[in-house]
Amino acid sequence: MTLFKPFGALLVLSGAVLPVVGEAADDAAALRAELQALNSDYTARLATLEARITQLESGASSAATLSVANAAVPSATSGPGPGSPAARSSAAAFNPAISLIFAGNYANVSEDPESWQIAGFIPSGSEVGPGERSFNLGESELAIGASVDPYFSANLIAAITGEDEIEVEEAYFRTLALPRGFTAKGGRFFSSFGYLNEVHAHAWDFVDQPLAYQAFFGNQLAQDGVQLKWLAPTDLYIELGAETGNGQAFPGTRLGRNGMNGATAFAHFGGDVGDSTSWRAGASWLDQRAEERTYEDVDDLGAPVLNAFTGKSRTWVIDATLKWAPSGNVARQQLKVQGEYMRREETGDLTFDVEGLALSDAYRSEQSGWYLQSVYQFRPRWRVGLRYDALDSGSPEIGLVGSGALPPEAFPALVPADPDRVTLMLDWNPSEFSRLRAQYAWDDARDAQDRDRQFMLQYLFGIGAHGAHKF
Amino acid sequence: MLPFIRSVLALLVLTATVPAHAALKVLATTSDWGVLASELGGDRVNVYVATSALQDVHRVEAKPSLVARARTADLVIATGAELEIGWLPVLVQESGNPRIQPGRPGYFEAAAQLNLLEVPSRLDRSLGDIHSQGNPHVQLDPHNIAAVAKALTARLATLDAGNAPYYVQRGSDFESRWQQAIGRWESRAAPLRGIPVVVIHRDQAYLCHWLGMQEVAAIEPKPGVPPSAGYLGQLVTKLSTAPPRMILRNSYNDAKAVNWLSERIHAPVVLLPFSVGGTAEAKDLFGLFDDTLNRLLTVEP
Repeated sequence: MTLFKPFGALLVLSGAVLPVVGEAADDAAALRAELQALNSDYTARLATLEARITQLESGASSAATLSVANAAVPSATSGPGPGSPAARSSAAAFNPAISLIFAGNYANVSEDPESWQIAGFIPSGSEVGPGERSFNLGESELAIGASVDPYFSANLIAAITGEDEIEVEEAYFRTLALPRGFTAKGGRFFSSFGYLNEVHAHAWDFVDQPLAYQAFFGNQLAQDGVQLKWLAPTDLYIELGAETGNGQAFPGTRLGRNGMNGATAFAHFGGDVGDSTSWRAGASWLDQRAEERTYEDVDDLGAPVLNAFTGKSRTWVIDATLKWAPSGNVARQQLKVQGEYMRREETGDLTFDVEGLALSDAYRSEQSGWYLQSVYQFRPRWRVGLRYDALDSGSPEIGLVGSGALPPEAFPALVPADPDRVTLMLDWNPSEFSRLRAQYAWDDARDAQDRDRQFMLQYLFGIGAHGAHKF
Repeated sequence: MLPFIRSVLALLVLTATVPAHAALKVLATTSDWGVLASELGGDRVNVYVATSALQDVHRVEAKPSLVARARTADLVIATGAELEIGWLPVLVQESGNPRIQPGRPGYFEAAAQLNLLEVPSRLDRSLGDIHSQGNPHVQLDPHNIAAVAKALTARLATLDAGNAPYYVQRGSDFESRWQQAIGRWESRAAPLRGIPVVVIHRDQAYLCHWLGMQEVAAIEPKPGVPPSAGYLGQLVTKLSTAPPRMILRNSYNDAKAVNWLSERIHAPVVLLPFSVGGTAEAKDLFGLFDDTLNRLLTVEP
């Protein structure tokens, strides 16, 4: 049948061209005659082709044991069917899978979002917190991916922000043909430590990340680097992996030298308990260096200063996730419980007012945070969620304060605190491609006296290629 | 130190050679393809089935246990036509297993062997959860099973050339038993030809097509879109004047809307296994069709 298409297209084309050419009245008659000749020629050729196809079809149906009406056309040679994309023959057939996520929210918060901070923690400098008041366009997430060749695949996930910027969230290649369970990845990518770090914003179960991720990694850690993973050939899921890179993301910084900054190692385990329950658990270790990692604060007189940390930053993360659905049928009902605990030690030097006094002395902190959340799909398309977040800043040892060079009030951001937050969520998912969400949070990130009551409405829509998500 | 290194090397060599002698590891996405692989592969294959008949195969989690099975699989048997698009690509990608990457002999899609029904002429998600390659619920036409069996036999013989005669022999044995059964089923099912039925999702299309039953309405207004109260009301009005002979329901479907409609239009609900394991009687592929027909014929003897 595809043979007919070029002829049909030619006929349509000549039909479209005709009015333009027809303006030259002299040529019109000649053209018409020519077209008629062409037309009758093609009619004759079409008739011949049709006759040949009928002949072939009758031959095939008499030879086949199954009737044509029975849809099944056995082809042991596994040639693509007429409906399959492989049958198309154009450059577009090799287009990668493209999908686009639309996100936005309406925020009603009781405290000024400008004053939002996580008490007791050095700010990451990333855009964390409840965001701005009223209506906000979120990140439009563009994902493009395909196999490169039999050996590699490549993916780009770019975020077009509401502030008219384009951010490359991830752009990486991945191997397809390494033997023995190894997979290598290179480029920019979300690190595979923990559970939530790899999950893109549109797949979060709440509008925002847990406080622990906001405080420890400025939402999510992505750096330019390489990753090697190995999956054990066992029925129990055992995945071991390591990463290294330029360290550009908080809590690391780029170093003024060649080579890599730090290393990440992670191990994930998982399996099933019966037909209804699945679990995954893991432990991760991040070892990074920071050089002149600056953050904004105010001094004891209330004037803005820029301070900086230089030293080692080491973080432990433990994660566990459990999902339950009756008979594994997630279309109807599902319960998901997940939690992560992280602990960080930073040792090095803290410089006060790098652009002015530039006083420097030793610094050491040991901080921790965790969250526990549960999302329950109580009926198809409806989910309700509850999350508790808590952080413990510990009491950092600040050399400049210990020596008496500066008063403790010179470092308001480092005053010991234990922020926490409770979040309630309800979402409605009309289809696999849309989600509307309402969320209410009692946020004590600043401190318990300044409780921020945050109400948010959010939409998430996906168009284009059907996504596939990890567990 | 040297003896230690030597034993490690020996172990590596050993693990490298073991798979050649072991049974072919098959990861099937549904129980239907799993039992088909066992029918054709006998004791030369070791089959793991990723889902059960009580699950909606389009909505499955890419569970760690499944990634682990994908890691060691020599052959993945999927339905294809985007049925498993939400989870199988993750398994294949995370498996670190080059043998089962799409395009390699270790990746087999049943739908690629068939001409699918209901290939949409317009691709637009406002029409519901449609699949660009056509309706993927292919297993309920036994002629489709025969076609897939043929292709799968060839694939097993390619992957495990040493046992090729074994697979070919089992394949032709299955083929003859299957064709016999088809003859039996088709003569039993003669009274079902032309009867009007109501379905839930478009997943009985191949069964209806095979038996010549007429799908007069679907409870989902569009594929994957649950019915609104208004739509159900319209259905009642439409079907009261010309009631269907029965409403078909799969074992993984929710019973609520179906029972509601059944009461109002006075048409019985027939619970069908849909896949092997969907009912106690549907133990294998022969049982799947025997039981499907038994259940249909209790209403329409």
